[in-house]
Amino acid sequence: MADKSTLGDSLRRHGVSRRGFLKFCTATASLMALPPTMVPAIAQALEKARRPSVIWLSFQECTGCTESLTRSHSPSVESLIFDHISLDYHHTLQAAAGDAAEAAREAAMHENKGKYILVVDGSIPLGDPGYSTIAGISNLQMLEETAKDAAAIIAVGTCAAFGGLPQANPNPTGAVSVADIITDKPIINVSGCPPIPTVITGVLAHFLTFGSIPELDQYNRPKVFYGQSIHDRCYRRPFYDKGLFAETFDDEGAKAGWCLYKLGCKGPMTYNACATTKWNQGTSWPVESGHGCLGCSEPRFWDAGGFYNALSVPISDNSQTVAFAGAAGLALGAAAAGINFKEKDAAQKAHETVTIDDLEKSS
Amino acid sequence: MNEPMDFLIWTKGTAFNIAVTIFVIGVILRLFEVISLGRKQNLAEARGTEFGPGMKTILTRSIPDLGTFRRQPLTVVTGYMFHIGLFISLFLFVPHIELFRATFGISWPGLPTPIVDAAAVLAIVGLLAGLWHRIMNPVMQKITTWEDWLVWALTFLPILTGYLAYHRLVNPYPVILGLHILSVEALMIAFPFTKLMHTFTVFLSRWYNGAMNGRRGVES
Ligand code: SF4
Ligand code: SF4
Repeated sequence: MADKSTLGDSLRRHGVSRRGFLKFCTATASLMALPPTMVPAIAQALEKARRPSVIWLSFQECTGCTESLTRSHSPSVESLIFDHISLDYHHTLQAAAGDAAEAAREAAMHENKGKYILVVDGSIPLGDPGYSTIAGISNLQMLEETAKDAAAIIAVGTCAAFGGLPQANPNPTGAVSVADIITDKPIINVSGCPPIPTVITGVLAHFLTFGSIPELDQYNRPKVFYGQSIHDRCYRRPFYDKGLFAETFDDEGAKAGWCLYKLGCKGPMTYNACATTKWNQGTSWPVESGHGCLGCSEPRFWDAGGFYNALSVPISDNSQTVAFAGAAGLALGAAAAGINFKEKDAAQKAHETVTIDDLEKSS
Repeated sequence: MNEPMDFLIWTKGTAFNIAVTIFVIGVILRLFEVISLGRKQNLAEARGTEFGPGMKTILTRSIPDLGTFRRQPLTVVTGYMFHIGLFISLFLFVPHIELFRATFGISWPGLPTPIVDAAAVLAIVGLLAGLWHRIMNPVMQKITTWEDWLVWALTFLPILTGYLAYHRLVNPYPVILGLHILSVEALMIAFPFTKLMHTFTVFLSRWYNGAMNGRRGVES
């Protein structure tokens, strides 16, 4: 359980040099849009930070978020921070199972009442508690229980933040997000499918440094990471503005690196740090590797239109609606025209020519 | 938390289906009606031809005439600003072209976004100036009906919301994009039943005017 060593001790134990550590602090500062003058303060705070107790609950999820985090940049300062904060309870990563695991969770909750951080990945099924249980406890019950005495809750991944894939139409399990259930606690949504590892560690580093949660956007996401759209930071943006688009995945435009809008890129409606932070230790990111953004950090991205349809295209295939409406319009129009012609014809037939003489006679 | 996106998905799904159905049926029906009714038969002896003057009028009425310009410069200038601005931002913005391609199966090349952006500003300024003119000018006041206000608002909102969405001036983004789409849907629904129909009949009615005058042997 909560040992008393500081993050600094732990990093030194793992052979992280002072230089490496400062480099991390500088990167974190710039990632969090803090001025470089803040670096010593961050370093000092992180050095001294004591290991907080973290309970990680996984509900309806695919383990992608945990994969994203544990496979990140290893062995880097990020992963060491993750080791350091390390988890009192995490189904996938902990050695204990069954009752022993639940006992560890309860002990951690008890010892760190009001101080532990609760991390959740996965959505919560409300349709039937039996859809997802852990040690016979429903996800809903476990979340409510564990959230009660948490200092803060971090919803990791789009499933925990917004409902994600389990919630996709027709949402068979009645999946909801953490914020749909817990309304009286600060919740930090770290969305993404999966979220960028550095964003998760960045949020944790912020918590360790300042003891507070970072500034959040309308979706409760840390503004520093989700403040700008993929589209506004995309290096292909000049092509979008010039009107140069790849039409297929292997045409000349695609080879020349033109904008992927017509191939379904959802960058314009997506707020995430991919374009600046990139993936796999800054190697690349989806748009750079030639595939449009799916919009994975936004609510309901599964239902927001085909992944390979342009963002402006209607969600359902409308060509049929238009064809039917056109046919109906034609039929009605032809009928109206028929009536009009008939009336005109009748009027013409009923027309009597009047001569000047006729008029004079009648007056 | 998901409401903005729920709203956007609704405008891009159900609402769009309804709007496009009403629009397509309505426009075709109205066109059939207008064309099949034609004009009242003119029983007077013809003093000239119809076709030539009709075609000529399509052209002449599309170019501002000096007399009108002197009397009502604002009407002419704002009218052109707005129509050109609207045309460019509606038909030459690539996301819109992709929508036309998906809905009606036809597409054409677009323009770079800074040009479209400028065109949208032109349209907004034109519409606002037109509104100001409509409110301030005593003659305009007299001939303005409620339909004119409605049509003005229905035209203005899509351009305004489109501009706000493009520049991300409203958060969260799905709200303003959804409002943009919704305002266009309102426009589409009202379209066949208001004077907005002139979009489809403008050249036809210019031809009729020219043809009628030509037949009477008058210049138009
Ligand atoms: S590739 Fe996507 S994010 Fe990049 S400019 Fe094009 S539409 Fe925007
Ligand atoms: S590029 Fe888009 S879809 Fe891909 S990971 Fe980033 S936010 Fe998600």
